[in-house]
Amino acid sequence: MPLHLKRVLAFNVSRNPQRPPSHLLAFSPCILPIRKVSTLPPRATHLSRLQPAHISQLRALLPSSNSVLSTFDNSASSDDLQPYNRDWMAKYEGRSQVVLKPRNTEEVSKVIRWCGENGIGVVPQGGNTGLVGGSTPIHDELILSLSSLNKIRSFDPMSGVLTAESGVILEQADSYLSKQAEGFIFPLDLGAKGSCQIGGNVATNAGGLRLLRYGSLRGSVLGLEVVLPDGTIWNGLSGLLKDNTGYDLKQLFIGSEGSIGIVTAVSILCPRRPKSNNVALFSLPSYEACLKVFAETKSHLGEILSAFEMFDKTAYEAVKRHGGVKKVFEEGKEGGFYCLVETGGSNAEHDSEKLSNLFESLISSSLILDGVLAQDSTQSASLWRIRELCPESLSKAGKAYKYDLSVPVEKMYCLVEHMRQRMRDVGMLKDDGTGKVKSVAGFGHMGDGNLHLNVVATEFSEEVQSAIEPFVYELVAENNGSISAEHGLGAMKAPYISYSQSPTSIELMRQIKQLIDPKGIMNPYKFIT
Amino acid sequence: MRPSLPSLVNILVPVKRSIDYAVKIRVASDGKGVDTTVKHSMNPFDEIAVEEAIRLREKNPKLVTSITALSIGPPKAVDTIRTALAMGADAGIHITTPESAVVEPISVANAIKKIIERAEGKDKFDLVIMGKQAIDDDSGSTGGMLAGLLGWGQGTFASKVAIEEGGKIEVTREIDGGLEKVEGKLPLIVTTDLRLNEPRYASLPNIMKAKKKKIESLKPEDLGLDFTPRFETISVSEPPKRQGGGKVESVDELVAKMKEAGVL
Repeated sequence: MPLHLKRVLAFNVSRNPQRPPSHLLAFSPCILPIRKVSTLPPRATHLSRLQPAHISQLRALLPSSNSVLSTFDNSASSDDLQPYNRDWMAKYEGRSQVVLKPRNTEEVSKVIRWCGENGIGVVPQGGNTGLVGGSTPIHDELILSLSSLNKIRSFDPMSGVLTAESGVILEQADSYLSKQAEGFIFPLDLGAKGSCQIGGNVATNAGGLRLLRYGSLRGSVLGLEVVLPDGTIWNGLSGLLKDNTGYDLKQLFIGSEGSIGIVTAVSILCPRRPKSNNVALFSLPSYEACLKVFAETKSHLGEILSAFEMFDKTAYEAVKRHGGVKKVFEEGKEGGFYCLVETGGSNAEHDSEKLSNLFESLISSSLILDGVLAQDSTQSASLWRIRELCPESLSKAGKAYKYDLSVPVEKMYCLVEHMRQRMRDVGMLKDDGTGKVKSVAGFGHMGDGNLHLNVVATEFSEEVQSAIEPFVYELVAENNGSISAEHGLGAMKAPYISYSQSPTSIELMRQIKQLIDPKGIMNPYKFIT
Repeated sequence: MRPSLPSLVNILVPVKRSIDYAVKIRVASDGKGVDTTVKHSMNPFDEIAVEEAIRLREKNPKLVTSITALSIGPPKAVDTIRTALAMGADAGIHITTPESAVVEPISVANAIKKIIERAEGKDKFDLVIMGKQAIDDDSGSTGGMLAGLLGWGQGTFASKVAIEEGGKIEVTREIDGGLEKVEGKLPLIVTTDLRLNEPRYASLPNIMKAKKKKIESLKPEDLGLDFTPRFETISVSEPPKRQGGGKVESVDELVAKMKEAGVL
């Protein structure tokens, strides 16, 4: 066995020789007691309840007739409020009776000051497209929707700095940028772009499909405007790329999931839109080959590489069965793994020359079994569609438990192999297909070391869940990975933070939360609890 | 005299470089055409034609001797020919025109006719498979004109093509409310409709091989052709903007308005 592969496969062996490999451990939690996701926290006693009498006070703060929706004064029915109370997967549902839609930052500030004075819990909500139950109430918190803060304030074509309000939908921001004479692009792209809002993207530090090329929002966001829990408006909007004067406060709010303030506007650096795009899909025999091809691709394509995505055979089979896509590879040339490569450059001829050199090298080294290159935009979209259909197709294949994990890229697929072995060991995954688990699949953003692990079961059950959790979190913790790469903590993963963060980090986070939101009104029951 | 039982068939597939299907078309600033500084690809109907030629050979390996892709267009039309070669065509012919030249359907038909008449002996073309129309000018007349000029039979808007014993070709056409089958003898022209097949992806090994395949480059003069247009484009304009309608500020307002109108 090559040394390289040995290192990869040996990753799971605990560094502590006293401790058996984690798949042999029973369900003993490794650091802190684990709370089941199904048992959400009880209603906090420090928060007051909203009363019908509050509505007139709120209407006085928000004069527009559409800004207050409540079942207290029959301005909305509980059906009308359901889309705000429930997340899109219908996994989490609160029972708030008040939705507010302020139209500008001052109105947000007034509402938050009022909430602080009255001890009312607030859930900020953008497009409500999250995957961890972070944007819906757990109990009766007031829902503050940012949809009406939807103005683009300014764009400077010289610097590429866009300043826009939180409620602007990601796709609209991107299409606004693409219509500029020189053609710009929003440095973030994700599946939910048609509904998600840029304020929510920043508040959750969303990752998505362009991260490999344009980096994390922590780099491209230049400044923020935030309403603090006491109603103060912090204007940290800046068009500066460099500013080393004190703590970089905006970083505290990026990815804070509404726990210490509400992002009301964002300044973000937007690059030029690539003039030429190419999409290729490779079929590979092993994950080791994926790693080598990834390295080779980076060295050949350099700055024009814009995405490197991976999916395994299990995911591809699900897409073929449930997604209705046309055949890509000849029989006999389908492998255990597939990699999708996208380039975006400024000169089509240069790009195709670079690609052509890469292909020659890949074919002559026999690293790939086969590969295809899209010849037009329609084919590019069809190839992307295979990767984008992975989550949905696996959900159609059964009841899919989904985990968003991040580990060093060379260890990425081992998580899937270990989970598969674990499911076999506990007798749930059987070769004849009669087990409680049908399959274990992996796909994800290989360029970012971000794996989406899916365990497809016949039913959602306590038994299957406790076979997966906390095993999966232990596995990630042992490899210094993250239990939530890009989805955040929200309500779902808040109890498991200790698998990715040390007690010291968690304590520091608690102190920050306490300092900025001493009354504990901001997005309660989630994130840091 | 052609043999009645052709043992060897040479297929000619004309392919056009046109604006990519996914690109949003914009009227050019002079109002006489569209913005062409955008992504171009092979006309989708021609892609179907290339695919069908390759499938006919895959089904009848001994029958089809060669598949030649022909393109008339600016220097970059070579990319379109390369795509056809990467899909599986054997050789290419490129008739070069200046960058912004307009080549009308009758000129294209004449050029294809010249290419067919030029070939001799065992290289004679027996079957032309081409898109029923190009998605840029939507003329849809080249196939018919070519059949007229050559005096060949034609099976238009094909949704299925089969080569039968004795050099007969059966073409299934989609017509209102059903299918029509027509039968013709080689030599023949087939124009392709959308549902004929789903073109394959070009595989990397084939893309590399395609670079080594031969593309013959010709000028219109070499064939004694004159592409001077017979028509002048007076103006190109966008469809009129939709009138009326109002903007609502929020979904709730929309719902309220719809309730008002009694549609909810």
